[in-house]
Amino acid sequence: MNDVAQLARLMQGNEAIVEGALAAGLRFFAGYPITPSTEISELLAARLPLYGGRFIQMEDEMASMAAIIGASLAGLKSLTATSGPGFSLKQENIGFASMAEVPCVVVNVQRHGPSTGIPTAPAQGDVMQARWGTHGDHPAIALCPASVQESYSLTVEAFNFAEKYRTPVILLTDEVIGHMRERVILPQPDKLNVIDRKKPPAGLEKYYPYRPGEDGVPAMADFCENYRFHVTGLVHDESGFPTTDADVAEKLIRRLNNKIMDNLDDIVLSESWLTKDADIIIVAYGAVSRSAKKAIKEARVAGFKVGLFRPITIWPFPEKEIAVLSRQAHTMIVPEMNLGQLKLEVERAASGRSRVIGVNKVNGELITPGEILDAIIKQ
Amino acid sequence: MQNNVNKYLRSEKLPHIWCPGCGNGIVLGAITRAFGLLDCDQDNTVVVSGIGCSSRATGYLDFCTLHTTHGRALAFATGIKMARPELKVFVLMGDGDSTGIGGNHFIHAARRNIDLTAIIFNNSIYGMTGGQSSPLSPLNSRATTAPQGTFERPFDLAELARGAGATYVARGTTYHANMLTQLIRNGADHKGFSVVEAVTACPISYGRRNKMGNGYDMLLWQKEHSVPVEKARKLTPLEMEGKFAIGELYKADAPEFTDIYERFIEEKQKKNEEERHRGVN
Repeated sequence: MNDVAQLARLMQGNEAIVEGALAAGLRFFAGYPITPSTEISELLAARLPLYGGRFIQMEDEMASMAAIIGASLAGLKSLTATSGPGFSLKQENIGFASMAEVPCVVVNVQRHGPSTGIPTAPAQGDVMQARWGTHGDHPAIALCPASVQESYSLTVEAFNFAEKYRTPVILLTDEVIGHMRERVILPQPDKLNVIDRKKPPAGLEKYYPYRPGEDGVPAMADFCENYRFHVTGLVHDESGFPTTDADVAEKLIRRLNNKIMDNLDDIVLSESWLTKDADIIIVAYGAVSRSAKKAIKEARVAGFKVGLFRPITIWPFPEKEIAVLSRQAHTMIVPEMNLGQLKLEVERAASGRSRVIGVNKVNGELITPGEILDAIIKQ
Repeated sequence: MQNNVNKYLRSEKLPHIWCPGCGNGIVLGAITRAFGLLDCDQDNTVVVSGIGCSSRATGYLDFCTLHTTHGRALAFATGIKMARPELKVFVLMGDGDSTGIGGNHFIHAARRNIDLTAIIFNNSIYGMTGGQSSPLSPLNSRATTAPQGTFERPFDLAELARGAGATYVARGTTYHANMLTQLIRNGADHKGFSVVEAVTACPISYGRRNKMGNGYDMLLWQKEHSVPVEKARKLTPLEMEGKFAIGELYKADAPEFTDIYERFIEEKQKKNEEERHRGVN
C-alpha cells in the first residue's frame, strides 16, 4: 500500500478542518458549542491532548475568542470554531486580534439567519460580517472552502496566513460543506507547507513588538520569551504602548490594512473553470459553486459559453480577477444563499462592463443546479 | 522589601493617568510591594487587565502585560495560563469590568478554580466613562445613570467569588495598604483562583456625587466602615450593618484546573505511546 492510499479517508468537512488544523500545528482550541460547527470542538477535545495541545470549552463565544488570543500570545497556534450567532459575539475580540496583531484562526460554519434562523440549515449570510463585523477599519482575510478536501487545505492555509501576516483569519465555510462526507487525501505531514510566525532574534537591546519589517509585519515574541512587552487594543506606537497621537494612529491603521492589501498576489486564491471562451461567468463560492459547476456542464451541452469563477479567498475580494473577466463577459451571474452580499462586490469590480445578476435564496436550502441553469438560459 | 519594588515599575511611563485623590495608585503600590515580597520573577509572570481606570495599571508594570477588551481579561488570562501553566498570571480589573460585562467570565474562572490571581479595584463606580452606576454601587448611591440613587442591590463580590468556587477570597482597602499587600501576596501564593477585592476611592466620580469629601475623607470612610474579619465573625448582622469585613475571608484547598488538565495530557500521551509500541494504532 502506498502512502497516498494509506491516507485517503472518508470524512466530514468539519472533521477535515480538525485534521488540517492539527497538521498546521494547532495546539490550543477554545470554543463554545453551536450547530453546525460543534463537531470541530468535539473532535479536538479528543485529539488535541494526544499532541500535547490544550482544549477548553469556554463559557461563551467572547471568552473563546479571548482565550485563543491569550494562548497565541503565549506562543501556541490557536483556533476557535463557531457559527452565525457565535460569530457575531466573537467580533469584539476579532477586532482586538486585528489591532494587536495576534495570529489566530476563526472557523465560521455559516448557518441560516439572521438571529437563530434555522440552526441546521445552510446559508452564506455572513459574507459581509466576515469583512466588516468588528468596528473600525481593519483588515480581513476570509477563505471559503467548496469541498471536504479544501476544508483541510484551506485550514492549513488559514494558519499560514495568520502566522505570516500576524492577523486573525476567518475560514468561512457553510453547513453543506461542514456536514458533507467526501473522500479526502491527507498529504504526508512533511509534504505540507507550514508557516510559523516570524520571531525577533534573542539579545536585542530593545524589542519593538510593533516595528514592522520590510513586509509590513512586525516580528512577534512569545510572552515570557526573551522580552517583556505590552499588548493593547488601544492605538499604540511601535513599542506597544498606547498613544493618541494622530500621526501614529493614521500610520498604524494604514499599515494594518496595507500588510494585507500589498500582498494580494499571495493571499487571493481563486479557481477559474471553463472561463476562456465564456461570455457568461458564474461567480460562486462555497457549496453553491458545486451547483454552479453542474449547471455549467449542462449549459455547455446546450451551447452556452459559460464558465465559473470561484473566489476561494473571499476577503480580500478578488477584484482584479473579476475586472479582467468583466471585459470578456456580457453577464455575470452570482448565485448565493443570501440576498446579494457578494453580488455588490462583483458589481463594483465589474464597473458596469458586465451585467450582474443575482440568484438568491434565503430559505435554508442549497441553490440547485436547475436554478442556476434557468438564470443562464434567460441571458 | 521597600527597596526592590521599583524594578517592577516602568518608571518611564509615570506619572500615571489617575485623578488626584484616586486610590488606584495605592492599590498599584500594594501590588508592587506584594511582588517584592513574592520575589516575583518578571520573566515568568504575565499581568493582564480589562478596560477602565484601574486596568491602565498594566502599562505601568514591567512584565509581559496585556490590556484586553472590557470585561474579558479573565478569559484572555485563561488562554495564557492554559497555554503556559508554568507562568504566574495576575489579572487586574475594576468592579464594573469584572462583575458587569465580565460577570460571566468571573464566575466561570472561579468555577474552574484556575490558578489566576484576580485583583479587583472596587471604587463602586464606572470611573473612566464618567461615573455611571456599577453592579457594586451600594443601594441608593448616586451615579450619572442613577441621579436619584441606584434601585438595584449590589453584588457582594467576596460572596459571589466564594459561591462560584474561588478558593481564596480576601478583601482589603487602600486605607489598610499594608494588609492589602499581604492579602495580594497570599492570594498569589495560593494555588487556585484567588480573588482580592481592593476597596479604593474615586473622589471625582463617586465621592463628589455621594458627598463623601475628598480622597483623604474617603480613606477615613474606609477605616471607619471596615471591620477585621476575625472581629466581624463575632458581630451580629445588625452590628455589621453598613460595615464590611476585611482580611482573608475564605481559603480552601481544591484541585486546580490547569494541573488537572496537564496530568490528563501526560497520561493521554503516555497511553497513546504505549499503544503505538504495542502496535494497536
